[in-house]
Amino acid sequence: MIKMVNISKVFSPGTVNENAAIRNVDLVVNEGDFITIIGSNGAGKTTLFNLISGNMIPTEGQVLINGRDVSKEQEFKRARYIGRIFQDPLLGTASTMTLEDNMMITHRKGRKGLRISLNNKMREFFREKLTSLEMGLEDRLKDNVGLLSGGQRQALTLLTMVISRPELILLDEHTAALDPRNAKIVLELTMRFINDYGLTTMMITHNMNHAIQYGNRLLMMDKGEIILDISGAEKEALTVEKLVDKFHDIRKRTLESDEVMLST
Amino acid sequence: MIEGIFVEGLVYGIMVLGVFITFRILNFPDLTVDGSFPLGAAIMAIMLTRGSSPWLALMLALTGGILAGFVTALIHTKLIGAMGNNEQMVINQGVNPEYMKLIGVGLSNGLVALSGAFVAQFQGFADVNLGQGIIVAGLASVMMGEFILRSNKIAILTLRVLLGSILYRGLMYLGRYYGYYINLTPSDLRLITGLLIVVSLIVTQLRGERKWSGAGAAPLNGGDPKQGAVGTAPDAKEAAATRGSA
Ligand SMILES: Nc1ncnc2c1ncn2[C@@H]1O[C@H](COP(=O)(O)OP(=O)(O)OP(=O)(O)O)[C@@H](O)[C@H]1O
Ligand SMILES: [Mg+2]
Repeated sequence: MIKMVNISKVFSPGTVNENAAIRNVDLVVNEGDFITIIGSNGAGKTTLFNLISGNMIPTEGQVLINGRDVSKEQEFKRARYIGRIFQDPLLGTASTMTLEDNMMITHRKGRKGLRISLNNKMREFFREKLTSLEMGLEDRLKDNVGLLSGGQRQALTLLTMVISRPELILLDEHTAALDPRNAKIVLELTMRFINDYGLTTMMITHNMNHAIQYGNRLLMMDKGEIILDISGAEKEALTVEKLVDKFHDIRKRTLESDEVMLST
Repeated sequence: MIEGIFVEGLVYGIMVLGVFITFRILNFPDLTVDGSFPLGAAIMAIMLTRGSSPWLALMLALTGGILAGFVTALIHTKLIGAMGNNEQMVINQGVNPEYMKLIGVGLSNGLVALSGAFVAQFQGFADVNLGQGIIVAGLASVMMGEFILRSNKIAILTLRVLLGSILYRGLMYLGRYYGYYINLTPSDLRLITGLLIVVSLIVTQLRGERKWSGAGAAPLNGGDPKQGAVGTAPDAKEAAATRGSA
């Protein structure tokens, strides 16, 4: 469904600060794929997401979605079918508005025009969805979202995104800013939603074990390139040691364990 | 007297609504207000002295203010970028944030000009100096409203803007008419306005009202400084930076 053809992204071209963050990348994401992405700091993972979401325009190459060239399409237009969650829990919801107002806004996603339609039927629907998070949020519809914990906010963002039925979701270390307990809860929730809704997913993580454990396909990035693309049975049989060895074979240098953090 | 205060409070209240939209909802300290207010007043005065209908004059004042707001919004979006409580969220909903800013700042200044037009009718004259101190008066009214009523419902937020405006005008009235007992001159009223702002700020802060305490916080932070510590937002900053330089 997504095809990146010979994509490059160069920051500050022609200056001393010239920096090729993505180099001639080709990538096909198939419908139903659940891809985990690892790579050291500055490898270009977030930039890859920015190019898919339309937050950045490639210096070279094309992004095709369902065969249509969207390389120049603006971010807000692509957001109608791409959902994205950031590391920062504050980015997905509005702190100074109530939970129900937040859900109302996201529920209207893609639909045009002004409408005041927050009625009891709607509230019931929101309450039912919130109950599935098992965080007690269904009783806090009138609370400002700013009062929720980071984990609750990230779970809420996840829920509202899923309800809008995106064709592709991009998760950029979306549990990294949470404490271990909340990170675990949000990660489990993520897996449940991906399964239940059959979402095509790309997930950046710094946790090698998670990258190996989840998904049907694993990408490793280094210095702006995708150096490993493992799927199928090979992905099933993958271990951290094999991954580190593979990196060494390709790059002829040792993968520092803290380069791709080995937290468990 | 009460009636006078009430009318004045409502007439200026329209301006306060405008200030509320930019300062509180868009997190954007919009200085256009000091100009769009006398603009509305001037349009009203000119139209009336030429014998046109007051309704047409009001429409024109509103339009004039909206256009003034558009200019500001365009300059802002083309040069600077982020605005509002959470721009990334707006984008995520598939909405063009530039349109939202255009609508918000346009509506805000339209209301301010409309208020200016009413004030020109109310006072029977218009001049450039009408705009002086309008932002400060608007802010003081917004804060006094927040001082009397706490809420996160849009209907009550709107109502308390008007209540704040009436209260502010009432205090100013008292200052104007009884202030001479303690040797207050009209320019001392500015000092009172300043003090009102400070006191409202302190009291609202002390009461721990967190939701509108975004003053000074980066817009992308969700407007809540206390929450800012939860997560670092490298991606957001990158995003804002690229959008800004694009
Ligand atoms: N907006 C930008 N302007 C200039 N350079 C940028 C910008 N965004 C990213 N870069 C650079 O591009 C390179 C790749 O950055 P990117 O954020 O994609 O890395 P990453 O793989 O997501 O790293 P991390 O794991 O630390 O999040 C880095 O060298 C970074 O400094
Ligand atoms: Mg990153």
